[in-house]
Amino acid sequence: MAGAAIELRNVTKRFATPKGGTYTAIRDLTMEVGPGEFCAVVGPTGCGKSTTLALISGLERASAGDVLVQGQPVRGIPDGIGYVFQSDAVFPWKTVLENVAAGPRYHGTSGSDARKRARDWISRVGLAGFEDRYPYQLSGGMRKRVGLAQSLINNPRILLMDEPFSALDVQTRTLMENELLSLWAATSASVVFVTHDLEEAIALADRVVVLTAGPGTVKGTFPVDLPRPRNVAEIRFQPQFSRIYEAIWLQLRDEVLVSYERQKHAAAAG
Amino acid sequence: MSVRNMPPPPVSVDAGSRRPPPSSVGSQSLTSVGAQDGASLSELTAKRTRAVRRRRLTVYGLRLLFAILWIGSWQLTTSMKWVDPFFFGQPSGIVVRLQQWFTQGTDLGSIWLQMGVTMEETIGGFLVGAILGVVFGVLLGRIELAADVASPFIKAANSIPRVVLGSLFAIMFGLGLKSKIATAAVLVFFVVFYNAFQGVREVDRNLIANARILGANNRRLTTEIIVPSAMSWILASLHISFGLALVGAVVGELFGATAGVGELIYSSGHLFDVDGVFAGMFLLAVMALVAEGVITALENRLIRWRPRQISGETPI
Repeated sequence: MAGAAIELRNVTKRFATPKGGTYTAIRDLTMEVGPGEFCAVVGPTGCGKSTTLALISGLERASAGDVLVQGQPVRGIPDGIGYVFQSDAVFPWKTVLENVAAGPRYHGTSGSDARKRARDWISRVGLAGFEDRYPYQLSGGMRKRVGLAQSLINNPRILLMDEPFSALDVQTRTLMENELLSLWAATSASVVFVTHDLEEAIALADRVVVLTAGPGTVKGTFPVDLPRPRNVAEIRFQPQFSRIYEAIWLQLRDEVLVSYERQKHAAAAG
Repeated sequence: MSVRNMPPPPVSVDAGSRRPPPSSVGSQSLTSVGAQDGASLSELTAKRTRAVRRRRLTVYGLRLLFAILWIGSWQLTTSMKWVDPFFFGQPSGIVVRLQQWFTQGTDLGSIWLQMGVTMEETIGGFLVGAILGVVFGVLLGRIELAADVASPFIKAANSIPRVVLGSLFAIMFGLGLKSKIATAAVLVFFVVFYNAFQGVREVDRNLIANARILGANNRRLTTEIIVPSAMSWILASLHISFGLALVGAVVGELFGATAGVGELIYSSGHLFDVDGVFAGMFLLAVMALVAEGVITALENRLIRWRPRQISGETPI
């Protein structure tokens, strides 16, 4: 694809283990994400989904292969990257307003400008009136909204999301998924959304990438040709949804089984 | 591949999903419960307030009882000459001595001057030690190479019984304020340093990653993420270290001084004035308690972002 937003070419990432060995998280992984595309990455536990995001964001460097963002090899953290973490990563000693304003402040925007933009984003994620609260005073879903606003205020061209809603209850989760879609629709950002939940992946994405059990590599890619705008709560009732789900699940099932067997053995050995 | 239908401004999908439909069962039952509980809620609050007050009264009452038992038995045993008040002192004698000091002054001059001198030494040593401790703790916590290089030296320095440095400082800095500040600062430094260092090492990796992605440079990372995160560790160490600073100042006075509560205690000791020694200790305890209150107030200001204690009681 010409002008891909993100390109991973034969990327391998190894980590040194404390025992002195090496652990290969992903091996020979090749994938692309187009500009403005919503790409979901699914795979069994420990298949290197989070590592993939860490490589794109520049938090980790590839052991082999090329990682390109906007056509440029990744060295350090590329410009225009947003990252929504799996666990809470909002700053507990900052109020909601200060948390959301952090990005612009780090980029040199003056305090009052940053706060103005932050107020705008806080109301866009539905948290108006909570500007002066500290994170401990918010629910898990509200903290997630703060995290989203914190990332989106920087106008990222690429938004990386690492199982962002996995800690939320099912209702809050559906709400947040819908909000994510409407917020994303107003931007032109490419999204890489990592999840272990296949339903979530299909409901949100333009394309689903299935990774193999670790070391992760691409097992298959599936376009999701469901119309937008979508309502996440209802889209799963469409027959087209079930057909896509079945096709992907046939691929994913084997990998999940492999991963499960491995964990059992590891548990038995340990 | 990036085909996407741009929806009109988020209305249809979003407006419905942000709030639950008004007809939902949940909201109905919620309002009815709210109305029903309206009266009993204030009752519950009052009940809780009473319980909290009762508990506080119990705590204060038991404290008073303990003090009466302790001081009373001391007074009794010494008055009855079961224990010799010449060697063990006597509460009434201590009160007399304090009264004397505050009305007629001490052998060394005004009591306020003595307390002022010791307080000056303590606060000076506390500030110097705490600031150096935080600065070095954060620096070594951030720069791994520096930490590896400095590690054996710090361990060696920490293993010295630092109180004996007081005699060294008396030679180096003379018998004035500086030698006491140095002694107190050395005691404070290591406690604060280790806490700051550990606090920096314990900062959540996720928070650091998030700040870096959001565009924080190294300086911002240190001032806005690392230091606030380590602050609860640092503040915990400040509680202990004020007491240590007081120890340092008093020990410093031991190695030679012309004024100060410590000096007052030693000179009383030399004169076999046991009541005077106890009176001096009492003054030191009062100073430590006042400082403790100030530090707690500072702590509550600095870490407002932390959830409060559930009961609302001041921690003891």
